[in-house]
Amino acid sequence: MLTLKNLSKSYIAGTPVLTDVSLDIDARGITAIIGASGTGKSTLIRCINRLVEPTRGEILFEGVDLAGLSGRALRHARRHIGMVFQEYNLVERLSVMENLLSGRLGYVSPWRAWRRKFPPEDIRRAFELLDVVGLTGFAHQRADALSGGQRQRVGIARAVMQEPKLMLADEPTSSLDPKTSVEIMELLTEVGRSRGIPVLVNMHDVELAKRFADRIIGMTGGRIVFDGPAAQLDDTMLTMIYGGQGWLQ
Amino acid sequence: MNAPAEASLPADPFPRSLWPRVAAVALVAYVIYACAQLDVSWDRVRIGLDNAAHFFGRMFPPNFARWELLAKGLKESLEIAVLASTLGIVLAMPIGLFAARNLMPTWATWPARFIIVSARSFHPVIVAILFVKAVGFGALAGILALTVASIGFIGKLFTEAIEEISLKQVEAIRATGAPFSSVLAFGVLPQVFSRFIGFATYQLDSNLRNSTMVGIVGAGGIGGTLFAAFQRFDYDYVCAILISIITLIMIGELLATGVRAIFIGNATLADLFRRGGVRPRERHLEDD
Repeated sequence: MLTLKNLSKSYIAGTPVLTDVSLDIDARGITAIIGASGTGKSTLIRCINRLVEPTRGEILFEGVDLAGLSGRALRHARRHIGMVFQEYNLVERLSVMENLLSGRLGYVSPWRAWRRKFPPEDIRRAFELLDVVGLTGFAHQRADALSGGQRQRVGIARAVMQEPKLMLADEPTSSLDPKTSVEIMELLTEVGRSRGIPVLVNMHDVELAKRFADRIIGMTGGRIVFDGPAAQLDDTMLTMIYGGQGWLQ
Repeated sequence: MNAPAEASLPADPFPRSLWPRVAAVALVAYVIYACAQLDVSWDRVRIGLDNAAHFFGRMFPPNFARWELLAKGLKESLEIAVLASTLGIVLAMPIGLFAARNLMPTWATWPARFIIVSARSFHPVIVAILFVKAVGFGALAGILALTVASIGFIGKLFTEAIEEISLKQVEAIRATGAPFSSVLAFGVLPQVFSRFIGFATYQLDSNLRNSTMVGIVGAGGIGGTLFAAFQRFDYDYVCAILISIITLIMIGELLATGVRAIFIGNATLADLFRRGGVRPRERHLEDD
């Protein structure tokens, strides 16, 4: 499904944020990337759909190297990768329905997009998804009228609207309270499982990662230092990933 | 400095620099020099006030006898303002977009910025003089002059509005694989639309005022009538024209406020006529 080969990124030449990251994602289920702040988790996620340009390396997605794509080919590849953001990144002044339908923009011509003429099938799916994420009746609310948890539900629904083959989530629960965080992770897991979409999710909450992820990848200093099932993530490993010990008590 | 306690402080918490003080002294000196140079004196102001009193005396009561000419001028001014605003807004939108440095490459922003800066360089009256020379006396010159002014004003503000948008929302739309113009429709325009309505109504307001003035240089509208009345010392007619202009501007401002309340404040038409006026919509706290 997705293979990263020696992916590296430096925003400033000589100070790499990612160094030779190689990774294989094929299974269904949740893969969590954990690591301290500033260790390159977000950069890694964003390199995959090229919101950030990798400096070096390959991003093989269904056999195609995304790093070599541009223009229309890149946009068509992005359609198959849904993304959920830490701060939801909804278009605040648009309605929930418009935000959901914006997930179809890769498939709909700009001429139709400007006139809000989405295919009836898309609209039907959008209403269905609203039910799935528990926001029945919210279709015409403006996004900025929603609470954080509700916004993230819209964010997930927007990503699913793309009918993606892979979902990326960049710290999807970091702006939410603990209870809502669990609800959002449950929704993300459920959506991924029921549709057979693998989910690659960044998080810094170790407990949440252990609870939901089938596989955990630990990063430190722009490199992968741990890759295995949640059960193998013991204190030794956590010390290696985050450094220090005092916080583990 | 004379108290010993102050002297013992480790450092002055508010260090003062020399240059602002030099600049302040220089400014005062220049103001005094300019007053002398331009023969500005209290005597002249006093004499001027006497003249003004005499002039105001002759303005009343206002004379509306030639109301047909007045109405014709006002109608033309209104037409100039509306046409210039419409044309200006339509042209300013793409130019303003092309000038936005956060979305456009340099080869697009430079020409667009050049157009906007040139459109803003001259006062509308100067532009009107140029257009009167080019297309002759009449409303067309006024329309073109105010269109140029509108492009400059709206273009600049629209560009700034686009440059201030949240790129997170744009990023999310880009991540869906949307083509650029769909990103504009869903990621950019919703963020700037209400501000754009604001600029457009301010510009209509401003064009309404300027359209009463371009007539002085022969570019159509009520200004020509006003200027002629001044020259013939028909001060009572001048007063009638001024009252009409004030009324027109006030109506324009009411309309503009209404439009802004509907588009920006999410008011309904009924809200506008409710007692106590329109209150701003309550915003969700997590906006920030």
